[in-house]
Amino acid sequence: MTATTERAVGQPIGRIEGPDKVRGAARYAAEFQVGDDLAYAWVVQSPVARGTLRTVVVDPLVEPDDVLAVLWHGNAPRLGPADDPELAVLQSDRISYRGQAVALVVARTLEAARRAAASLQLEIDEEPHDCLLRVDHPSAYEPEKVNPGFPASSALGDVDAALAGAPVTVDVTYSTPALHNSPMEPHATTALWVNDDLVLYDSNQHPPGVAAAVGALFDLPADRVHVITEHVGGGFGSKGTARPNAVLAAMAAKVTGRPVRLALPRQALFSMVGHRTPTIQRVRLGASADGRLTAIDHKAWGQSSRLFEFAEQTAVTTRHMYAAPNRRTGHRLVRLDMPTPRWMRAPGEAPGMVALECAMDELAVALEIDPIELRVRNEPAVEPESGVPFSSRHYLECLRRGAERFGWHDRDSRPRQRREGDWWIGTGVAGATYPAMVQPSTARASRLPSGDYEVSIAATDLGTGARTILTQIAADALEVPVAQVRVRIGDSTLPMASVAGGSSGSASWGWAVTGACRALRSSSASSATFDSSELVAQQEKDGKHAFGAHFAEVRVDAVTGEVRVTRLFGMYAAGRILNPRTARSQFRGGMIMGMGMALHEESVLDPAMGAWVNHDFAEYHIPAHADLESVEAEWLDEQDDQLNPMGSKGIGEIGIVGSPAAILNAVWHATGVRIRDLPARLDKILPYL
Amino acid sequence: MKTFTYRTADDVSGGLEPGATFLAGGTNLVDLMKLGVATPDVLVDVTRLGLDQIGDLPGGGLRIGAGVRNSDLAADHRVRRDYPVLSQALLAGASGQLRNMATTAGNLLQRTRCRYFMDATMPCNKHAPGSGCPAREGDHRNLAILGASPSCVATHPSDMAVALAALDAEVRISGPAGERTVPVTELHRLPGDAPERDTVLEHGELITAVDLPPLDLAARSAYRKVRDRASYAFAVGSVAAALQVTDGTVRDVRLAFGAVAHKPWRAHRAEEALRGRPATRESFRAAADAELAAAEPLRDNAFKVTLIRNLVGSVLEGLS
Ligand SMILES: Cc1cc2nc3c(=O)[nH]c(=O)nc-3n(C[C@H](O)[C@H](O)[C@H](O)COP(=O)(O)OP(=O)(O)OC[C@H]3O[C@@H](n4cnc5c(N)ncnc54)[C@H](O)[C@@H]3O)c2cc1C
Ligand code: SF4
Repeated sequence: MTATTERAVGQPIGRIEGPDKVRGAARYAAEFQVGDDLAYAWVVQSPVARGTLRTVVVDPLVEPDDVLAVLWHGNAPRLGPADDPELAVLQSDRISYRGQAVALVVARTLEAARRAAASLQLEIDEEPHDCLLRVDHPSAYEPEKVNPGFPASSALGDVDAALAGAPVTVDVTYSTPALHNSPMEPHATTALWVNDDLVLYDSNQHPPGVAAAVGALFDLPADRVHVITEHVGGGFGSKGTARPNAVLAAMAAKVTGRPVRLALPRQALFSMVGHRTPTIQRVRLGASADGRLTAIDHKAWGQSSRLFEFAEQTAVTTRHMYAAPNRRTGHRLVRLDMPTPRWMRAPGEAPGMVALECAMDELAVALEIDPIELRVRNEPAVEPESGVPFSSRHYLECLRRGAERFGWHDRDSRPRQRREGDWWIGTGVAGATYPAMVQPSTARASRLPSGDYEVSIAATDLGTGARTILTQIAADALEVPVAQVRVRIGDSTLPMASVAGGSSGSASWGWAVTGACRALRSSSASSATFDSSELVAQQEKDGKHAFGAHFAEVRVDAVTGEVRVTRLFGMYAAGRILNPRTARSQFRGGMIMGMGMALHEESVLDPAMGAWVNHDFAEYHIPAHADLESVEAEWLDEQDDQLNPMGSKGIGEIGIVGSPAAILNAVWHATGVRIRDLPARLDKILPYL
Repeated sequence: MKTFTYRTADDVSGGLEPGATFLAGGTNLVDLMKLGVATPDVLVDVTRLGLDQIGDLPGGGLRIGAGVRNSDLAADHRVRRDYPVLSQALLAGASGQLRNMATTAGNLLQRTRCRYFMDATMPCNKHAPGSGCPAREGDHRNLAILGASPSCVATHPSDMAVALAALDAEVRISGPAGERTVPVTELHRLPGDAPERDTVLEHGELITAVDLPPLDLAARSAYRKVRDRASYAFAVGSVAAALQVTDGTVRDVRLAFGAVAHKPWRAHRAEEALRGRPATRESFRAAADAELAAAEPLRDNAFKVTLIRNLVGSVLEGLS
């Protein structure tokens, strides 16, 4: 690479759209002005968890002058077959969960829509429902595959014999609650039909995917659905594919012949757009007296809806984390009268690594070995299950360097030793990992008459800095200053991009952008297009992961059981860091979400009602600023030329993997109390203080 | 959201329209209207009644106007000097933005945060009398351990009200039948079999002020709130206390608990048990136990008994 190439990538450039966002000039899906006959839609949600909707009584219609349509399965237009049954909205009389969309009111004003919606009478034949996940659930079964296509189980050696013969064992069950992605910007769509084509201003993580999915429902090819996703206020996975709001808005626009806006209220996000499945996980570890793992057994229970099987890969990380001659992982699923789970930041890895990394801490205690040393002794030479060498793995370096930076060395390993006033103080560590994935994408680079360049790709920026990083990558590939590059994203009509998910966006889009820019530079054409599909297909998929180590210091109030995190520190090895400023924000954001998972976040289920009852931000607690005393991220300079032209690994999710375990391990170290049922609320700790 | 009419009242009698609902800062009422839990026909804005002053009472003490904003009340130098527990309680509540809007009367009359109450699609004896109380068997971790009834186990969520209960504050009320004064400890009801009624206020009655009597021991007072995150969360338990100790003996004490009952809970029994006793952690805890003996925790909130006992010990120790 030339000197010029180094200039933009690696620089802490601020987000390009930052000033627009601060000034309120950035437009989100529910803010686009689309003519003066815009109508508003309001969703009517099922008040029961299971049953049959016999009819919707509209008479007498409230706000008759303003209501344009009341849609339900009895009168809604028929949709084409949906891959995702959650998108088959208003097509059937079956009620599969409480909060499911059962009717839609479209009106001239939002207020009228809302008021009419509240007045509708739903005649429902209610049936007994079943909403509680438990390990002894009679209908628990083993799915064929877990996301995104892994075998549901794996087995190596003789785990039972190894456990029976191990001098030291740990057998623990950890559970994590349902969690909700809770992006700042609720899911929203403004839909209009232009001639027979559909235009959607939609908040999502994948405009081409939304175009294809919604198009199929309305019998349109993807190129006749134009999805515009200029800015997205977060998604955390819940906007990875089209959600019911896009379909409902499109349907309403079709029926009324007007543009229609549908912005889901916060409460609806707790049922209609997905969540992280609750998990129950049993981990058994066997080790020799000198701390070498002889067996790892990880079995995870999760849930899905009646509508379809969404099987989260909770135990899959355990397949490549530590060396052990005997290993077994497995998954069980229970289908309940609940909404379908969906991806949420590090789906699988985040809850799975809670169980594995807390169990490792418990094993270190049982062995009387420092938890970092235990991990050192079980470092694999190659990726354990595949046998493929790691393209790069600097896990131990992260642990060691992190330990130095955090100040781990003089730690007294015994619990409940440090007390300052009313506070018990302790520290904990846990590993982090996330696969370095890449997906096919296409980009186009063009020369503009002004001498500047335009780079186009149907990617999205969820607030992460994707637009900025692509600009940096393009500038380097074109060997021009950043100021000469305009990046266009957020539009399904641009060249095909992969989803902003799986921490794969920058790697996948950056590859296509690099290819297009290099092709343009080496030709005199006015534009060049590059499709990475072939190169991506040729790549070895196994053995590619980012790694990291999380360290936490907590204090626990001996009077109240309140936990505060005094320090949270992450050390990562994630390939080349493209922009230290946006990267730090991703790492720290993940860690903060990890803190929420450890201490605050929890969707509280009332099984009798079939509902998560704390469905707003006053009651669903995410960490507040006052909870963040010190959250720092650093990284190693990692070179890995087997990844992509930039040498980068994804960084969007690794921050939430392992950070909850580090905090829980620190809570134990502070108090001697093991919390195995997340979150570590004060009422669970208080009885033991 | 239901259509309603809105008007402002310029004097106290002008506000007293039958059937009207008063709107102050709106931080609770407007939320409940958006949720469809409150459905008033007529809103009368009472923020222009001139009830936004904090005045000195002739015999000592303060008269706090019903419309004084929580942030102004918390910052008042007399409150901070003579009644620090009140300032601390206010600052422990909500967020800076909310406190800038919230008023004294609105804060006292804010409704429970019981999650079923806040959801119009749920049964709840408080928002739909007779529909049942799902909280009893369902989610009640943050609900009452004292004074609840089979029909409702809700808690009053205010921090400020707990401090006022400890300070013997009195609520001044103006209504169609004239004026009256009610101790703040008697403003809120226990749910009994009419949980739809939070307070003893009759229809059309307006709170005009809260009087704080002079109380020497309040100069040594404190509020301690426990919550599930470091800020911007309602209490899962709180204690307001004022303490006077001479020669190691408790001369006088005021104690109130928050997030344990349908009302701010003045701990008279604990106070009685403490007066004249040595100011030690043992007597503080014993006093707390005297009050908490009546607790009837539900499946998931028994921890509040331990929590309050610990808090009483810790707060009183801090004051002694
Ligand atoms: C997210 C969030 C977090 C919060 N956290 C906390 C917390 O931690 N601690 C806490 O204590 N509070 C908390 N609050 C609640 C807040 O303190 C109350 O909403 C606020 O005090 C209400 O005051 P207001 O003036 O806005 O009342 P309004 O919403 O205007 O009115 C509330 C009620 O009082 C009645 N009313 C108002 N004035 C009068 C009057 N003069 N006479 C008779 N009736 C009257 C109204 O009719 C209404 O029924 C929180 C609120 C929110 C939204
Ligand atoms: S506790 Fe009271 S407010 Fe809550 S559901 Fe029961 S009746 Fe309603």
